[in-house]
Amino acid sequence: MMWLTPSEGEALRLSLIVATRSVAFSLPVAVLVAWLLTRQRFVGRTALDAVVHLPLVLPPVVVGYLLLIVFGTRGLIGGWLERTFGIELVFTRNGAALATAVMSFPLMVRAMRISLEGVDRGLEDAARTLGAGGVDRFATITLPLMLPGILAGAITAFSAALGEFGAVITFVSNIPGETRTLPLALYSALQTPGGDHEAARLACLSLALGLAGLLLAEWFARRVRRMLGR
Amino acid sequence: MLAVTAAKQRGSFALNVAFELPTPGVAALFGRSGCGKSTLVNVIAGLLEPDSGRIALDGAVLLDSARRIDVPPERRRVGYVFQDARLFPHMRVAANLRYALKRAAGARYVGLDAVVGLLGLSPLMDRRTHQLSGGERQRVAIGRALLSQPRLLLLDEPLAALDSARRDEVLPYLETLRDELAIPMVYVTHHFDEVLRLATHLVLMEAGKIIAQGGLGDMSLDPHLRSIVGRDEVGAIIEGVVLGSDPATALTRVRVGRGELHVQTAGLPPGTALRVQLLARDIIVSTQPAQHLSVRNSLMGVVTAIEGDEGDADLVTIDIGGAKILARITRAATRDLALTPGMPTWALVKSVSLRGHAFHAPT
Repeated sequence: MMWLTPSEGEALRLSLIVATRSVAFSLPVAVLVAWLLTRQRFVGRTALDAVVHLPLVLPPVVVGYLLLIVFGTRGLIGGWLERTFGIELVFTRNGAALATAVMSFPLMVRAMRISLEGVDRGLEDAARTLGAGGVDRFATITLPLMLPGILAGAITAFSAALGEFGAVITFVSNIPGETRTLPLALYSALQTPGGDHEAARLACLSLALGLAGLLLAEWFARRVRRMLGR
Repeated sequence: MLAVTAAKQRGSFALNVAFELPTPGVAALFGRSGCGKSTLVNVIAGLLEPDSGRIALDGAVLLDSARRIDVPPERRRVGYVFQDARLFPHMRVAANLRYALKRAAGARYVGLDAVVGLLGLSPLMDRRTHQLSGGERQRVAIGRALLSQPRLLLLDEPLAALDSARRDEVLPYLETLRDELAIPMVYVTHHFDEVLRLATHLVLMEAGKIIAQGGLGDMSLDPHLRSIVGRDEVGAIIEGVVLGSDPATALTRVRVGRGELHVQTAGLPPGTALRVQLLARDIIVSTQPAQHLSVRNSLMGVVTAIEGDEGDADLVTIDIGGAKILARITRAATRDLALTPGMPTWALVKSVSLRGHAFHAPT
């Protein structure tokens, strides 16, 4: 990364770390939630659906604020996590990952639901008659067939995580080297007199990352389609 | 034996059946579209829960709503060949087959190599499922179902999506399964020629109910069948045995009942069991032994029944000694010949259609 200044490199590295952790953390949960919402009928399904989609309609600042309340050091879950496991979320990169995970969660679930709805249940029935029980069936038939949606969801969420601003700055603040991801660095540059040049460079960097994400998503989608014979 | 009773209400459609089928053997579920054949098969497979019912297969209870027993499909050991094959698109042919083998429960009676050989699958093993033709897909689907080592194989119109050339390509394989593996099958179809080729037992369905059932020979004389297959397809199905070939004419001599038919077929060794269909419209009735006629096949018998058929025709049932055949003649002819039950007659057969070979369950 010769052409980046140390602070730019750090922001990029941090963004990638936060986005990776965010996706790794939310992917299994999103698969489960997508499956629940698509395939199961249960009390509270509508409520779960609404909660999942809430970050799409709430101002990110509100999400960050709610995270502070729940996951802050004195929050219900945050306090417990700190006492029991020593995990600190506020002002840390893990906290940033949590905030981006919550923000990009609806996008991920949506992509997975669409692909799960496209999975032919007749194939699952066929697997049943061949002796495959519930978990076996899900792992060997349902999951591979919804792979395009899982990949699409993961890549979209990763790209969104790279750019998440409001919830991150509210929940974990803007600490260089810990929570100052690309958009936060860009914001800081704009706040600094004479930072125009750096802001432009960071904007270009974001643009390149976004574009790479989209191209990668398309390439993956094609490969998976070929694998599934479509 | 497969014993089934089941009732299921689905909107305005009601399935209500009770029947027993001998095993091994191939029972054809036959009837018009929408009569409940597929619903019944799904109930047997366990994919559809009936409102009430009991299903037992060779002593194993798969469902008994009174005793709250409902074995899930994955543990019923009932194979299912779907009309649309339902091969797993993310696996190659070989992986589709192994998927079933890996999950097979109970004693393995057929292995991968045997199935591949029986169904001619070896050139297909490395293919992706979307590179297969319709007939190939069904052969793979049949092989996959067999490799799960089922105690019963359900086939829901497996050839319906195929054109007649592809159907003829797959049918011999199904005959082979029936004869070599002697696996009990329930075969859903609305093509009567598939029934003729494969079935040993016929179950006729209409509007969710069973209207008639029995062995194929008896059922070929059943009035209910006539209304479904249509006038020109009515005809007795009888089992014959190859006696040998006639060197002078190169025709094969086949014993049916007490009589003998000369048919054109090649290379069947004496003793081979054959299934023969004699269409009612192809039979001429005479009250005297035939002389000075071009018809070569003549069977002596006794009239057992005369029924009015559509239009101005009568259907005459003739016992040819251990088997019965049907002849369609005009009502005027019945009157002129003064045909009555008990009367000796000669049935002159204009043509014989061989409908595959007969299946005999190992005893």
